[in-house]
Amino acid sequence: MTDLPSATQRQMGLVIDLDTCVGCQACVISCKGWNTENYGAPLSDQDAYGADPAGTFLNRVHSYEVQPDHGPAQLIHFPKSCLHCEDAPCVTVCPTGASYKRVEDGIVLVNESDCIGCGLCAWSCPYGARELDLAAGVMKKCTLCVDRIYNENLPEEDRIPSCVRTCPSGARHFGDLGDPTSEVSGLVADRGGMDLMPEMGTKPVNKYLPPRPKDGLAAQGHGDIDLLAPLLSPVATDATGFLGWLDRALDKLPGGDH
Amino acid sequence: MHPAPSVIAFTTLSGLGFGLLFFLGLGMPAARGLVAFVFYAIAFGLAVGGLLASTFHLGHPERAWKAFSQWRSSWLSREGCCAVAALLTMAVHAVGVIFFDHRLRLVGGAGAMLSLGTVFTTSMIYAQLKTVPRWNMFPLTPALFLSLSLAGGALLAGQDGKASGFLVLAGVTLLAYWYQGDFAFDDSETTLATATGLGARGQVRAFEPPHTGSNYLLREMVHEVGRKHSKRLRWIGFSLAIVVPLLCLLIPVEGLALKHALAGVAVLSHIAGVACTRWLFFAEAEHVVGLYYGKR
Repeated sequence: MTDLPSATQRQMGLVIDLDTCVGCQACVISCKGWNTENYGAPLSDQDAYGADPAGTFLNRVHSYEVQPDHGPAQLIHFPKSCLHCEDAPCVTVCPTGASYKRVEDGIVLVNESDCIGCGLCAWSCPYGARELDLAAGVMKKCTLCVDRIYNENLPEEDRIPSCVRTCPSGARHFGDLGDPTSEVSGLVADRGGMDLMPEMGTKPVNKYLPPRPKDGLAAQGHGDIDLLAPLLSPVATDATGFLGWLDRALDKLPGGDH
Repeated sequence: MHPAPSVIAFTTLSGLGFGLLFFLGLGMPAARGLVAFVFYAIAFGLAVGGLLASTFHLGHPERAWKAFSQWRSSWLSREGCCAVAALLTMAVHAVGVIFFDHRLRLVGGAGAMLSLGTVFTTSMIYAQLKTVPRWNMFPLTPALFLSLSLAGGALLAGQDGKASGFLVLAGVTLLAYWYQGDFAFDDSETTLATATGLGARGQVRAFEPPHTGSNYLLREMVHEVGRKHSKRLRWIGFSLAIVVPLLCLLIPVEGLALKHALAGVAVLSHIAGVACTRWLFFAEAEHVVGLYYGKR
């Protein structure tokens, strides 16, 4: 049955640090690689070398610009994959029981031999975490690398999701968010970890750490500091001589910038 | 949302078919023998044809039977169960009136309720989705599906009086659905600010998408092109689905042939109009995932 478990023994999930993510897309590539070569149907591409390439990805990195009321805009790279929600709507809408949330660790998975590819679970997910693979005709989603984290054939340091293992900036953390003493729970508590779209009532397990405030000097009253400014000659704004005459003459022609 | 032709055809045709089955189950019209056979052939054709059309958008249609298992939690599964139960019950009723000149009142009543139940479960598949605020309107979304199905069913069943009533009801529901729906996304209070959790820091703008190309999410759930003509299509859909059939029913005419011709026009116009409003139902529905892409 696709009923959700009333409680899970553990809540395995990711903590993503928006402060340190540099948007290098390494997690995207390693996810695609691991999940194409291992558990389940491969993540296919369509028209990969053609004019309109597209493919299935379980993890995508967006970039957002945040413009505060005062001060410079900030660019924030934003990795997004399945949040393994406590109250996962994708599980309860599934008509075949292919989608389920595991009692032992809270991971949301798709049983690909039961999936009819109706796409309703993807519709029900506010985060766009599920993508129907066009080649396999079944729904694909982040498995939290369930075939790595318990895999005793791998060295111990590799028994974490591929995206976490790969991240060069340490922006991705994996652990039990149901255990308040775990490292990830500590990070969430220290840094004010947040839910995405809390109003949707999905209770995501994955948490996002907000970026730390930047440009602290400006806030302390030092104003904008430009170390190079004294070394650079000012750029001429008004042309003189022949160019100046040409500029004024062209402005005077009909349609010119008077 | 992507207005997939298979889903538009399914909801339009099966809505009509189950609407007709509802009236047939209640003994309207009280047809027997060959006439009853024609009515049931049309009803089953529409209902089953619609159900078959809906399997075309599945990735694995051969596993569709597995969808009967999750009725406890899934509206899609409930729809499947309800549809099969309605068709089987109405088949028993049909055999009675076609071959034995005998109406099984209780079976017909149960079949009528199951037929209406099927339309309700279909509408709940959409109404349950919080991610699509325009659909997530209870009871307006189910009311829209049910009233259109009843109006179409009454038209096909030749119940002129009831058809006029249900057409008016469907028209009012349609207008209410459009009016309320235009506020739904803003009322849901989901924005790029809540989607990223960065709203408290300033104005959030999608700067760069994850990929230069398109993807499944954008194709399936972000369909801005489809809404380009929504205002005009609302006029066309409303006129064809509601106004033209109403006029056909209300114009007083002499002669059976003319009356039948007008009824035919009413039915065809209604089907075209419902298909048009169903296109809008999908094309105008905005999924919150579009926010992540700076689209809606």
